[in-house]
Amino acid sequence: MKVVSAMTRNISQMGTEKFGVVLLGNVKAVRGVTISIQPGETLALLGPNGAGKSTTIDMMLGLTRPDAGTVSLFGSSPADAIRAGVVGGMLQTGSLIEYLSVRELVTMVASLYPHPLKVDDVLRLTGTEEIADRPTTKLSGGQTQRVRMAIALVADPDLLVLDEPTAALDVEGRRDFWTAMRAVAARGKTIIFATHYLDEADAYADRVILMARGRIVADGPPTEIKAKVGGRTIRATLPDVDPSELSKLPGVMKAERRGDGVILTCTDSPASDTAIRELIARYPDARDFEVRGAGLEEAFLNLTGDNDEDVSDEGAP
Amino acid sequence: MKRFTYLRFEVLRTIRNRRFLIFSLAFPLILLSTIAGPNRHVIIDGIGFPLYYMTGMAAWGSMNAVVSSGARIAQERSVGWTRQMRMTPMSASAYFSAKIFTGYMMAIFSIVVLAIAGTAIGVRLDALEWLTMLGLLLVGLIPFSVLGIMFGHLIPIDSLGPAIGGITSVFALLGGAFGPIARSGILLSIVKWLPSYWLVQAGKSALGGVWPLQGWIVVAVWSVVLTRIAVRVYRRDTVRV
Repeated sequence: MKVVSAMTRNISQMGTEKFGVVLLGNVKAVRGVTISIQPGETLALLGPNGAGKSTTIDMMLGLTRPDAGTVSLFGSSPADAIRAGVVGGMLQTGSLIEYLSVRELVTMVASLYPHPLKVDDVLRLTGTEEIADRPTTKLSGGQTQRVRMAIALVADPDLLVLDEPTAALDVEGRRDFWTAMRAVAARGKTIIFATHYLDEADAYADRVILMARGRIVADGPPTEIKAKVGGRTIRATLPDVDPSELSKLPGVMKAERRGDGVILTCTDSPASDTAIRELIARYPDARDFEVRGAGLEEAFLNLTGDNDEDVSDEGAP
Repeated sequence: MKRFTYLRFEVLRTIRNRRFLIFSLAFPLILLSTIAGPNRHVIIDGIGFPLYYMTGMAAWGSMNAVVSSGARIAQERSVGWTRQMRMTPMSASAYFSAKIFTGYMMAIFSIVVLAIAGTAIGVRLDALEWLTMLGLLLVGLIPFSVLGIMFGHLIPIDSLGPAIGGITSVFALLGGAFGPIARSGILLSIVKWLPSYWLVQAGKSALGGVWPLQGWIVVAVWSVVLTRIAVRVYRRDTVRV
């Protein structure tokens, strides 16, 4: 394990050497993940379903023990960090307990922490003021998610860990969620969130870790990650044009021919916009346009190099 | 008093749960008034029927209170709340203690109401005897509190209601809460090894002191064994990925 700082309180580090024996078919949930996180950083764990994001987060929170390697939060074990009340979390699944109002539930959870935020402030921050007196069982999915967020935030944790926090939210809920998170980040808190939306990772994280099949595929600033996986493809029917001609179009990285159709790969959406305008201008008989973002799964598999690697050679305890 | 805030909401949640009050209070109260009321002059096992039946119903009701308080963990597990709680500074033992505390609060409430109803149908005990009975009941509830927590980790949420109802009723029945199951012979010596037998005997014992040694041993052994099982079950539950 790397020692990143002598100041224990100033570092939240997660260092591990090949852990995870959770078998998902042929794929171990998490293998050899090593992450060091600086305090104040907002980190996105980006990956398709089954990438190992939740397992990584569970290990950070001490809910799952790695088979090998260690997890350290602020220089101590997850259990100690949690006991000190410096960690707040919101898991991917979960609901609320019954027979309490929203305000009562948040107050109850706040009472467990040494230095909680004011309940009213948290309700305001999470947009749950209007439903504060409603029973926890009479909430919509989006409202429940907001209350769960309030529960994670009321601790005023130094490290906030969120597993696909916006999965159950509508557009407005998502926007409010990230407004609240920005406020948290602005106060110097460390945030780690898992997501399978590239846009979300791009818009809100300082750093993105790409995970696929239990491994870290890439680690860097959002711009770098976006360039790697944010590609778009344009498909069109356009016979009798040489792909090498098409690859010279502005914005186009690569062009291929499939029968009468062509596939143009572009780095991002402004590039694909430019490319499609040029394509129409230069080749008026091009038709059946289809523009789509490369799926994360697809992009990741491209990054990892192969689709059917054998995993039995390593990670086995 | 932060600790108190958490407990206050736990108790509040329990009071708001109607099912809880029905089994730990309403049913015993109805049976006490409809069965012991008309038979108030009958003598059973050497004591007045009202006292016998009041203790039986207090045993059954309070048993229901503590078992279902712990068993609510099953519901909290099913919605992922226990995982949420594991991310807070609250220790697992504090979480369980809160459940046991809440169960005891409800049990005491049920015992007090049944004692008032018992007094109304002719139960007469002096202060020391009342306190002894209450004390014996509270001690006798220890294994059932643990049983509740064990249930909370073992029984799937959709069969929880019938399981609690079934188990507590069988314990109460065999323990003699609804009337002595046996007065002599091998059956009596068997039921005397049940903790519910000694719960039901709390009223009778209070008249002449406390339980005989066997009562203490039975309650202690059941408490220890159930605690060991509950700890195992809990560990298995939390290690699971």
